Amino acid sequence: MTYKKRLDGRKMNETRPIEAKAGVIKKADGSAYFKIGKTWAYAAVYGPKELHPRFLQNPNTGIIRFSYIMMPFSGMGERIRPGPNRRAKEISMVSQKAITPVVNLEDYPNTVVDIVVELPQADAGSRCAGICAASIALADAGIPMKDMVASVAAGVVDNTVCLDLSYAEEAYPQFAKEKVDSEHVSDIPISCIPSTGEITHIQMDGIMKKEQMAEAIKLATEKCKEIAEIQRQAVKDRYNNKGGI
Amino acid sequence: MNKENKEEPKKEMAQKEKQENKEFKSEGKLLVKNKSIVVPGQVLAEGFDYLPSYGTYRKEDKIIANKLGLISMEGKVLKSIAMAGRYHPKRYDVIIGRVIDITMTSWRLGINSAYTAMLNSKEAGGNGRGYNSYPQKGNLSKTYKLNDYVFCKVTGVSDMNLVDVTTQGPGLRKLFSGRIIHVNTHKVPRIIGKKGSMVNMIKQATGCKMIVGQNGIVWLQCEPKVEAIAVDAIRKIENESHIPGLTDRIKEFLEKKTGKKIEEFTNEAPKDEENRGN
Amino acid sequence: MDKPTHIDKEMQENILKLLDEGLRQDGRKFDQFRDIKIELGVVEMAEGSARITAGETEIIAGVKLKMDKPYGDTPDKGILMVNTELTPLSNPKFESGPPSIESIELSRVIDRGLREGEAMDVKKLCVEVGEKVWMVNVDVCPINHNGNLMDLGALAAMAALHNARFPEIDADGKVDYKKKSNNKLPISEVPLPVTVIKIGEHFLIDPTENEENVLDARLTVTFRNDGNMCAMQKGGEGPLSAEDIQKMIDLAEVTSKKNREILNKAVK
Repeated sequence: MTYKKRLDGRKMNETRPIEAKAGVIKKADGSAYFKIGKTWAYAAVYGPKELHPRFLQNPNTGIIRFSYIMMPFSGMGERIRPGPNRRAKEISMVSQKAITPVVNLEDYPNTVVDIVVELPQADAGSRCAGICAASIALADAGIPMKDMVASVAAGVVDNTVCLDLSYAEEAYPQFAKEKVDSEHVSDIPISCIPSTGEITHIQMDGIMKKEQMAEAIKLATEKCKEIAEIQRQAVKDRYNNKGGI
Repeated sequence: MNKENKEEPKKEMAQKEKQENKEFKSEGKLLVKNKSIVVPGQVLAEGFDYLPSYGTYRKEDKIIANKLGLISMEGKVLKSIAMAGRYHPKRYDVIIGRVIDITMTSWRLGINSAYTAMLNSKEAGGNGRGYNSYPQKGNLSKTYKLNDYVFCKVTGVSDMNLVDVTTQGPGLRKLFSGRIIHVNTHKVPRIIGKKGSMVNMIKQATGCKMIVGQNGIVWLQCEPKVEAIAVDAIRKIENESHIPGLTDRIKEFLEKKTGKKIEEFTNEAPKDEENRGN
Repeated sequence: MDKPTHIDKEMQENILKLLDEGLRQDGRKFDQFRDIKIELGVVEMAEGSARITAGETEIIAGVKLKMDKPYGDTPDKGILMVNTELTPLSNPKFESGPPSIESIELSRVIDRGLREGEAMDVKKLCVEVGEKVWMVNVDVCPINHNGNLMDLGALAAMAALHNARFPEIDADGKVDYKKKSNNKLPISEVPLPVTVIKIGEHFLIDPTENEENVLDARLTVTFRNDGNMCAMQKGGEGPLSAEDIQKMIDLAEVTSKKNREILNKAVK
């Protein structure tokens, strides 16, 4: 473990500063934004509402549709061409599966709850921010959920497990200030249900030892409890302000 | 304290105190105040003494909220009253729907809910101005056409969430020439007020005709000059319903904006959200 | 709530009744724009950005720059392109998938206004004739929609362009997006579209969504700082007389001057 001091001075299990707010999109049934560091995601929830066309309907329960979109100017580097893109489609799918286990739409057969996540700025950890925003938006919309879903990216940088990798850490050897033992970096976005520790979404990208995974999961699931408190507070704060709804 | 007279004290603990009292093994620990806002995943009580109900569930020894709502305690039963979300159709509710589709024998209405409602031609025929009393089969748009707003009553909600409505009943009818605004369906009780006190106050002050649908659709018919006052009053109720003294504030607002004094009302603001008034 | 797409006759009647008394639903005067708030640099990672709010409409615009080969017929000119994305984030009536015709028109009218209006001195975007020019892409993304995306989208785009700075070029001649220089973009004009709508016999500025849904006709006119018009587009299914058009152009001109003042104050 040679990665002793993180590039931005954070502790290994410290995330970048988080800011969350609910009720930000007037036309939506529920909405929120979630910022972690520079990564910034909006989420809007529409539903439950009748799902058309008919053949998509599920007679036993309502379903969730998730749409993840990056604004064209949101990335570091070149503009992202708007339109269907495979990465966004995949993220939409894993995000939908990350959220579905907590939501209970059995009282709403044949309906759909549409979640739209859009990011004005993406600086690593964007899919996690999207899932966090979506979770707040769902609660804000009054959707029955047994708990929030919190999401954070764990990672391994120079043999050290840490949380919420920044963009620079994702490309670590380039930005290293000290001698690097291992050039391998891995990125592990994890979503979990804070009250049970159950993991609803996990991916890994990069090169790491399997023994490091247990620690990554442990760090992430512990942090998810804290993140969930921030998410819950955001839902409440909408009603605590003098201005009300 | 005399053990025989010992009542179960209502335990209102903040999270900090909860940690200090971890060893306190009582029959059950309540972690929220009555009428406070709770969110999904929030632990409301520990121990087996309390019971879950609407909006809450039990997981092992904890009662947890499963939607955004206001805690309502009835004895040991913890209920969470919904604060957000679309309208839940209930039998006998009077609502305002909008015609979004017409078939040979019925109209489909959008009602600000997860589902749409069906108004069968047999159930139609309110005293709409200029329309036939009895809808002609196959020519239903003569009675209510696409986009029309209809004040109707829910006659039933089936297991499959099929909602049926009727316009046969006192006051039920197509709504003409008015302004439609959408409000949070959960605020409707406050907008109506106990026994209609709030909505009547607005009507008296502005001279507007007003119908408040349980589904969060409000119809107003006003003189142009006072329409904005009525709309602003409704929005004010929506935004400030959780701040005490609402009725007086709305009365003051209306008197100021219209320059007219409002006759004294004997009704007070509703004591609980469940009282849908009117 | 489920909304059919035909014109809402009841709402039109109600709005007309108010207009006949000189009133709008939100209490504004007919020629009054909602209060415009402009924030710059909200997306620090983009080369430039701005957020505009007016009433309940909220829009974020961002600028991205790229070095590329110029078009064959203009080897000494850079390129400015303005694109508007209407997603279901701000309004459920916009569906995901290929852009609707409304989205396309909105995008093209704003783009034409700014490009034909010469918002950017594209000659100054040339780095090496025939080989390297700067491509400037502005993307306009509504977050909250309560009408008038046209005027406010263009304002957001212009504000973002003012906020933008060229990225540094590294030793190999490649763009280094992580470093921003202090050099502003060569903005040579500030074309701003103003939409005037007609409901019955009344002309309104800065329509809300309700007003847009019941209009008979609309005219979007883009004026430059030097007083010239550089784009115009009529929408809506009702016809306009020649006098109507003249009236609307005059109204648009006055409003564009006011909005330009607001923009200039914000980007100073």
